[in-house]
Amino acid sequence: MKLKNILGLAGAAAISLGLATGAFAEDKVVKIGTVMPMSGGAASIGTHVKAAFDVVTDIVNNAHPELGNFPLAKHAGLAGLGGAKVEIVFADNQGSPATGQNQTLRLITEDKVVAITGAYQSGITLTSSAIAEKYGIPYVNGESVAANLTERGFKWFFRTTPIASDFAKVFSEFLTDMKAQGGKIDSIALVHDNTEYGTSVANTITSTFKEKGLNIALDVAYASNATDVQSQVLQLKEKKPDVVLMISYTSDAILFAKTMQAQDYKPGILLADDAGYSDPDFIKAVGKISQGAFNRSSWSSGPAGSPSALIADMYKKKSGVEMDDTVARQMTGLFVLLDAIDRAGSTEPAKIQAALKATDLKPDQLMIGYKGVKFDDKGQNILASGGIIQLQDGENYVAVWPKANAEKAPLLPYKGW
Amino acid sequence: MSFFLVQVIVGGLLLGAVYALFSSGLTLVWGMMNIVNFAHGDFVMLGMYVAFVVFSVFGVGPAAGAPLAALVLATLGVIVYFALIRHIMKGPMLAQILGTFGLALLLRYSVFWWFGANFLSLPNNLVGGTYDIFGLRIEASRLLAGIVALLVTLGLHLLLTRTSLGSKMLAVAEDSTAAQLMGIRPDTMQAIAWAIAAGATGLAGALIATFFYIVPTVGETLGIVAFVTVSLGGFGSVPGALVAGLMIGVIESVSGYLIGAVYKDIVVYVVFLLFLWFRPQGLMGKA
Repeated sequence: MKLKNILGLAGAAAISLGLATGAFAEDKVVKIGTVMPMSGGAASIGTHVKAAFDVVTDIVNNAHPELGNFPLAKHAGLAGLGGAKVEIVFADNQGSPATGQNQTLRLITEDKVVAITGAYQSGITLTSSAIAEKYGIPYVNGESVAANLTERGFKWFFRTTPIASDFAKVFSEFLTDMKAQGGKIDSIALVHDNTEYGTSVANTITSTFKEKGLNIALDVAYASNATDVQSQVLQLKEKKPDVVLMISYTSDAILFAKTMQAQDYKPGILLADDAGYSDPDFIKAVGKISQGAFNRSSWSSGPAGSPSALIADMYKKKSGVEMDDTVARQMTGLFVLLDAIDRAGSTEPAKIQAALKATDLKPDQLMIGYKGVKFDDKGQNILASGGIIQLQDGENYVAVWPKANAEKAPLLPYKGW
Repeated sequence: MSFFLVQVIVGGLLLGAVYALFSSGLTLVWGMMNIVNFAHGDFVMLGMYVAFVVFSVFGVGPAAGAPLAALVLATLGVIVYFALIRHIMKGPMLAQILGTFGLALLLRYSVFWWFGANFLSLPNNLVGGTYDIFGLRIEASRLLAGIVALLVTLGLHLLLTRTSLGSKMLAVAEDSTAAQLMGIRPDTMQAIAWAIAAGATGLAGALIATFFYIVPTVGETLGIVAFVTVSLGGFGSVPGALVAGLMIGVIESVSGYLIGAVYKDIVVYVVFLLFLWFRPQGLMGKA
């Protein structure tokens, strides 16, 4: 009996000692909250982000001299905070704006995170960043493209990704360049679904192209998740536009590729706006019959041994899939946030906010092809940009434009199969 | 008539045959038992996954995948009948609706859990390529699905009208108590009906998989068309489902081509509602 008591006491002492050291170490941990779709229709995105953010914390928390001067890589932990470690607290938005909002509240009030990143779907970024704004917690978004996010006069919201209007400019400059190289771009067809994404991007492209004097001859709208797209493909086949610009999610993109082959239809140039055409599933299913498709991307792995190539390797080891544009933009958002906290030398929200406002990262300090990161008064990165990639062999995209970042020269016309 | 319109109509007919193919199973269950099977689209989805597994494990196409899918789904049909349908048939209509809806979600998320949310696809040109007849393009995979649709429709129709098994099944559908008095076991007949219906649906799924993408939620996309086809064709009428499927396929394709793809569903449903206005029992249903 006595012995038991003594043992019990000793056990309790050991536990409390353990707790005490735990608490001590916790002082040197910087908690970042992230709100992502971990379940529901976009669950695969959440799985990718988890692996990607693990790579980011590995790079920041451990010394990675092989990454050279890449920010936060050289030392273990955040040097500005005496080597503090970074911990990411994940919350599931379940693909719902209301859940995203509640989870953000929980991260701020219960987990006491010092800053937030998220939330993939533009509609959820909208609601969850409103909570952060209310509590005065910095919110960095790396991937949502809806224009209105930075038009709300928020003081705590920062966005690193390029948005639809940036890409519309990239498309028009790229097509003009292709014309100079002998490609025909006299008539352009827009093919898009009727979702928020499809219609808003199509509108932005239409107005930008009009300004630049590019002729949109045909607008083919269709209901998302179609059972059949034969009539749309035949419309294109009959009108023969020089350029077909696809704004489609994965399911419809696969169907279009299959139907184009069945109807033996190939446009001179097929250019896609990310989404379905960037999905690894698309490439696996119909990449071989979509050879030569152009797509937009801010990501390209760059030469072997470069920080972006090394980070892509780490990500592939962790996740089992290749790095894609979406994941790279999300990682960049987190890196920018952590860099600001490091420079702030503090976890005080106001100091992080000030550091974010003073952000001025150069292209060689980023893992992605932006011209840099510098925020305007609205919190939008004014140096965000992207390039054009091409699915030349039907298996992997290669950077083809602008020339400065190109791995290969663009191939015309569209090859298909 | 422009050449493109001919292509559109031919494509619409082939599409319609596919609609008919995956609706025939539903019309059997709906017409004979008055059970609205909301899991029907997910039965199609399971048939697609069986075809996918057969291809990725054994490397063979629908020649093996389709019969196997029919067998697997027929077995599932019997299990579903005894485990679920038999019980909810005694309950109110609402219980039946929620019961099969729950089954749909169970099937969908089981596949989601096992295969993940990724889009899968059988290799292109697994079933021949595309025939080019004077410029008219016909995919072999869709042609095969169309021919099988005709055969399945014919087979089911003959089964119901020309065999004693069919007569027994219809007798149970008409009046199960009277049938029981004549020595017919309603349970056995209805289980057989479920096996046939689910089997035909699985067969359809395996054939559709040769030209469509495969994803756990594909049943949502395809299921709604089946309901429209069956109610337009007439509940319980197998030939009705065939004619209705062809009609919907052609209307969808032609309106999508002439008016615009976003409007094609509006045209289909306006025709559908107008038709039911004048003939609520459907094309070939009994009044």
